[in-house]
Amino acid sequence: MSDPIHPRGAKPRHLTPGRIGLYAFLVFAAAFFLLPFYVMVVTSFKTMPEIQQGNIFSLPSKLTLAPWVTAWAKACTGVNCEGIRVGVLNSFKIMIPSTFLSILLGAINGYALSFWRPRGGNLIFAVLLMGAFIPYQVYLYPLVRMLSMVSLYNTLPGIIVVHVIFGMPVMTLLFRNYYAAVPVDLFKAARIDGGGFWTIFTRVMLPMSGPILVVAAILQVTGIWNDFLFGLIFAGRDHLPMTVELNNIVNTTTGTKAYNVNMAATILTAMVPLIVYFVSGRWFVRGIAAGAVKG
Amino acid sequence: MDSSVSVRDLRISYGALDVIRDLQLDIAPGEFLVLLGPSGCGKSTLLNAIAGLIDVSDGEVWINERNVTWDEPKDRGIGMVFQSYALYPQMTVEKNLSFGLRVAKHSREDIDKRVARAAEILQIEPLLKRRPSNLSGGQRQRVAIGRALVRDADVFLFDEPLSNLDAKLRVDLRVEIKRLHQRLRSTMVYVTHDQIEALTLADRIAVMQGGAIQQLDDPLTIYNRPCNLFVAGFIGSPAMNFFRGRLEEGADGVRFRGQGIETPLAGYDGDTALLPGREVIFGMRPEHLLFDQDAVGRPGQVEAVVELEEPMGADSLVWLTLGEARLSVRCGSGRRYRPGDRVPLAFDISRASIFDAETERRL
Repeated sequence: MSDPIHPRGAKPRHLTPGRIGLYAFLVFAAAFFLLPFYVMVVTSFKTMPEIQQGNIFSLPSKLTLAPWVTAWAKACTGVNCEGIRVGVLNSFKIMIPSTFLSILLGAINGYALSFWRPRGGNLIFAVLLMGAFIPYQVYLYPLVRMLSMVSLYNTLPGIIVVHVIFGMPVMTLLFRNYYAAVPVDLFKAARIDGGGFWTIFTRVMLPMSGPILVVAAILQVTGIWNDFLFGLIFAGRDHLPMTVELNNIVNTTTGTKAYNVNMAATILTAMVPLIVYFVSGRWFVRGIAAGAVKG
Repeated sequence: MDSSVSVRDLRISYGALDVIRDLQLDIAPGEFLVLLGPSGCGKSTLLNAIAGLIDVSDGEVWINERNVTWDEPKDRGIGMVFQSYALYPQMTVEKNLSFGLRVAKHSREDIDKRVARAAEILQIEPLLKRRPSNLSGGQRQRVAIGRALVRDADVFLFDEPLSNLDAKLRVDLRVEIKRLHQRLRSTMVYVTHDQIEALTLADRIAVMQGGAIQQLDDPLTIYNRPCNLFVAGFIGSPAMNFFRGRLEEGADGVRFRGQGIETPLAGYDGDTALLPGREVIFGMRPEHLLFDQDAVGRPGQVEAVVELEEPMGADSLVWLTLGEARLSVRCGSGRRYRPGDRVPLAFDISRASIFDAETERRL
């Protein structure tokens, strides 16, 4: 009786102080992460004299594309002055086969472990997972020795093998969990229908793995693209990935540091992961959700 | 004996645990056999073993006079329908039906012919171009049956095919499966925990518990003459009423006395002689109790008190207390009963079941 407002219909929404605080925090956080990128972008379009004036937040007064051209084709990495394009090509050469092979292997592993349950499969999986938790540094020297023994050290196949091996635990885990959520009846039905190991894999399981394939591709593409350590150690001088070349460009400039060139080169390096995230963000979320909730 | 499916000395163990042991089962050609039991009784395991989807630890599986114990599922001449439908989500209905045939590299015309026939029998022609996600549960299960149908299987295996459907669809599809069996005359093995499905569909029911077949008989024998206490309690809804007591010598032959009941047992349809002095369990189905007017003047008549009534439309279920015992009676819905009503009650001994209290076997 004391309540003058009679509740009826949709409950009205009020902007509470908590809400306002939350939004303020989100805006601040977004700015915090976007600001460096903004500085990089504007700096890369400025001339060196303008940069030296010190207004790092101001827009370029005279737009110049020269730093981008230099970064792409003329910047010096040590003695070579061919820009970062060589590294881009190398990175693709490393990333594409490594991503493809590691995903394929992970999918096959996950499929076999989930459905065929080979004897000792759980043990193998446990060992594989344990491998994922041991720091990479531990493996470096033995791996260098092993690869040079089979003449793969400092070669393109060598670095690909390294990426595939190190990608396997996570890829296997990803696919095993995804397939664990697939009803086992589906596998049984396919066996009654006469499917063997590969038929069921390629014609039943892979076609319904879309979301998890996207997740795996995102993880591997960005992981392998951003890799510095393995590329530096295993790729050899002819196949140094972009990340290593970028480091060389940024660190070997003689005389004044060409900030605009460095910024342009860095943005170029970051381009692939950025594009992957923007294009696939929606898919990525969907894939994670698909893994959590039974379809 | 001519048999379609024969399971001999089957044992299936996981580690030290025997899920199924020493199981024998012969299924005649064209027979509809239902494996019935509570969850965990081994019925699905047995079906999977017949299908070849799990390895047997010992024993043999024969299908059509051929030892298929070591054969792959696809080579056993079987079709299987699963509870979860197990349709390939990325394929249309047509592709789902034809997948097995395409894997086996049948010719295009042969595939089309078989798919068309299955679609006609199951009346799913309008659905052929759709995907499983755009089908209702009943339609999905029809497609799943169709997938078994196109294989021209000698033996159909059903693993709780109706359990995921709502009550009305379940009844519809149950009738359809029976119709399908009458049309095809194939051997069918059907796993369920639903006794109504079992009773309505089966030529013979194998009631299973603890990895063993308790009783293998036609539905009416299982219902009327359960061979042990488990089968008696499992079959029938609501469950059979049980009274503990002992057999005694009376003026009119052997009598049962216990839990406030005393009734002569003349007319009992038993397997062995009823020896006085034995501890027994006396079982009566709710629908076989004589109640109200039917009970008046019968030998062993008692008076029970109504506890509550559950009207179910066609008939009513009345819960009664009788001394310290509680029992249920199924009766016509013509008369309503109120809690506290005192009603006469008697026993139709010809339909009773009496079990040894120790061995729990039917006497």
